[in-house]
Amino acid sequence: MIEYIIAKYNYWAYIVLMMIGFYAMIGKGNLIKKLLGMNVFQWAIILFYVSTSVKKGGATIPIIQNGHGPVTHAVDVAQYLNPLPHVLMLTAIVVGVSTTGVALSLAIMIYRKYKTLEEDEILQSEEYEALKPEE
Amino acid sequence: MIAEQFPALIIVFPLITALLINVVGWWWIRPCFYMSILALAVSFISSIGILNTVVTQGIIHYKLGGWDPPWGIEYVVDHLNAFILVIVSFIGLLICIYSKKGIEQEMPKKIPQFYSIYTLLVMGLLGMTVTGDAFNLYVLLEIASLASYALIAMGEDRAPLASFNYLIMGTIGACFYLLGVGYLYIVTGSLNMADLSELLPKLYHSKAVLVAFAFFLIGIGIKMAFFPLHVWLPDAYTHAPSSVSAFVAGTMTKVVAYVLMRVMFTIFRPYFSIELIPATTVLGWTAVAAMMYGCVLAIAQHDLKRMLSYILIAEVGYIVLGISMANRMGLTGAILHIMNDALMMACLFSVAGAIMFKIGNRDITNFRNQQLNKKMPFTMAAFTITALSVIGIPPTCGFFSKWYLVIGAIDAQQWVFAVALILSSLLSAIVFFKVIEKIYFKPREPVHPDSGGTHEDVVMDEAPISMLIPIYIMVGGILILGILSGKIISTVIQFAVPASF
Amino acid sequence: MIREVESIIIQTICRILIPFIQLFGLYVIAHGHGSPGGGFQGGCILAASFVLIVVAFGLQEAKRRFSEKLVNLFSSIGVFIYAWTGWMALLLGANFLDYGRLSKILPADPVHARYYGVFAVEVGVGITVMAIMVSLFIDLVTGGEHEEAPE
Repeated sequence: MIEYIIAKYNYWAYIVLMMIGFYAMIGKGNLIKKLLGMNVFQWAIILFYVSTSVKKGGATIPIIQNGHGPVTHAVDVAQYLNPLPHVLMLTAIVVGVSTTGVALSLAIMIYRKYKTLEEDEILQSEEYEALKPEE
Repeated sequence: MIAEQFPALIIVFPLITALLINVVGWWWIRPCFYMSILALAVSFISSIGILNTVVTQGIIHYKLGGWDPPWGIEYVVDHLNAFILVIVSFIGLLICIYSKKGIEQEMPKKIPQFYSIYTLLVMGLLGMTVTGDAFNLYVLLEIASLASYALIAMGEDRAPLASFNYLIMGTIGACFYLLGVGYLYIVTGSLNMADLSELLPKLYHSKAVLVAFAFFLIGIGIKMAFFPLHVWLPDAYTHAPSSVSAFVAGTMTKVVAYVLMRVMFTIFRPYFSIELIPATTVLGWTAVAAMMYGCVLAIAQHDLKRMLSYILIAEVGYIVLGISMANRMGLTGAILHIMNDALMMACLFSVAGAIMFKIGNRDITNFRNQQLNKKMPFTMAAFTITALSVIGIPPTCGFFSKWYLVIGAIDAQQWVFAVALILSSLLSAIVFFKVIEKIYFKPREPVHPDSGGTHEDVVMDEAPISMLIPIYIMVGGILILGILSGKIISTVIQFAVPASF
Repeated sequence: MIREVESIIIQTICRILIPFIQLFGLYVIAHGHGSPGGGFQGGCILAASFVLIVVAFGLQEAKRRFSEKLVNLFSSIGVFIYAWTGWMALLLGANFLDYGRLSKILPADPVHARYYGVFAVEVGVGITVMAIMVSLFIDLVTGGEHEEAPE
């Protein structure tokens, strides 16, 4: 039982982080806290992908050793980590940054209009009620 | 020579043009609209060229960067892809022409930004359709989603909060899709869709593949606004600018429904999705709930666009019902319904936008006093024809897709599905006739005795031509494509359905 | 409005450090194949140097050096460099982004032409990321109101 938890500790870490982020997105009322929860959620997925690129047998990071100057020796694949998940996650990090940028701009627009960032207060505020489509 | 490069041209032209609009928009505002039209016209012509090549020669494999498939990204276009490419680029071009007057009225200071982001949105959707690599699909899905969050937030006053909710839910959906792709990569080592469909059958018993499938379904369901996961859609589409609603309602949910078909039938073979795990049963019953929920809640709405958003939820239910029937007729009905629904929803939302442009509000209870049948006769005629298509009256195209869906339900011996389809047609008839009655019948207020016994003649104050022409092209499409349904099925859709059905 | 920090120590140190930070950012962009780095990372470091100018010297000084029109132009120029490299491959007869074909116009064999193609793409990505990060920072920090700031 114990080795079931300890041997796969990367999966447990990713699940815990993802659930913390998910709870923050749903359970918190402040818009910025929801955004932080979304960020934690995305980072959990990124860490999960990167952790799956590890190989047994002491593989090192995917940068060619003794690589300065013309490389004349063949590269031993088992010696280096799998670089593909790293590359995929580079793209996912950029997507996460863009989403955070757009969300923060939206939060600024909402703050300027309603003067608060708590979702309950916004839904009950007078400006929100006044903006119903005209009868 | 150039025909071989169409799959790349269809993406690159809008991308470069979107950024060029961003630069040019600082100095001159007038060219932005024309550059956008030019880019979308090039995409439309490329998509027709692709459809022609696929129908005459077979599946197109386009290797991006010259690298061979499992190592490089590949664009694969078969009949299903090519069909949806034509639909998306056609509606993109039409709504861009439609949007000129509306945007000048709603957001006069943000015209270059609007056209730039709109072109990026069309590019993202076209790229999602044409790619054959699972991770590339995630990147293009996020491009399209981010562009749509920004465009929806440019709308009226409640729009930023609606767009924020859409952002949070949409990101959860895309992250679940990413997790599904990650699980599949861990067990197989490949990201290419065709390669995955070769490698996965030996692994169908493993739990990782099962969880990956579940993640895919939930992620795609959130993006598609499929019944229990639809909560973001009414607010976001109601408060968006009218051109944005018209385009996104017609295309975004349909392209994600296409992604669902790819996941269920190309990456995971039909044997997995239908017999090994009862995914189609679950999807079928949830789709019935979606149809009922959408139609019933649409009856209760005052705002025209909100009513149309709930009808959209019901239409997504039709498409998923067709996918879940797991026989040839049902899937043909689903693919035909994608085309019909794109045209119908884009046309309905465009009419709502034209009404908003001319009158300034969209409250249905107010239509009676406005005498819209005299003020905007052509627009109301278009609305009526499209409403008849949603209900499913021949010879409009809506009838033919519902016909195939009902026959598919009877073939699969699911009598409840057939009854649900007919019942929801009845409910949508109630929804639309409520509006049509308010438009076409006389106001109830008595004539004032001191005005000489006559009421003033209402002057015809029709929507501008640049809005009417796209609406009428779409209405013409609804009528003509209905009559040509048989030919469309025999040339294109027949080969798009997987061969094992 | 962001006013400058009125401390001569910070201003002097920043004045000395910022060129070196930018040089390091360019180094990270160019050496993405040999050490951790690449287009996105180098672009972020270059953006960080401009953020340091804003923090130390105030928004007006930063806008004097890197105005908003220039930021917008740079963000598009990077993507144009990327798309143009791919487009050249199309014009020379191969598929999109097939850098090996660039060996017809560059004095190198196809393997090295791919290397130069990727390098050009990384430079484009770095320029775009730098411009977008600076634009994001200034928009978010001033709450979108920097257009109304007095000149």
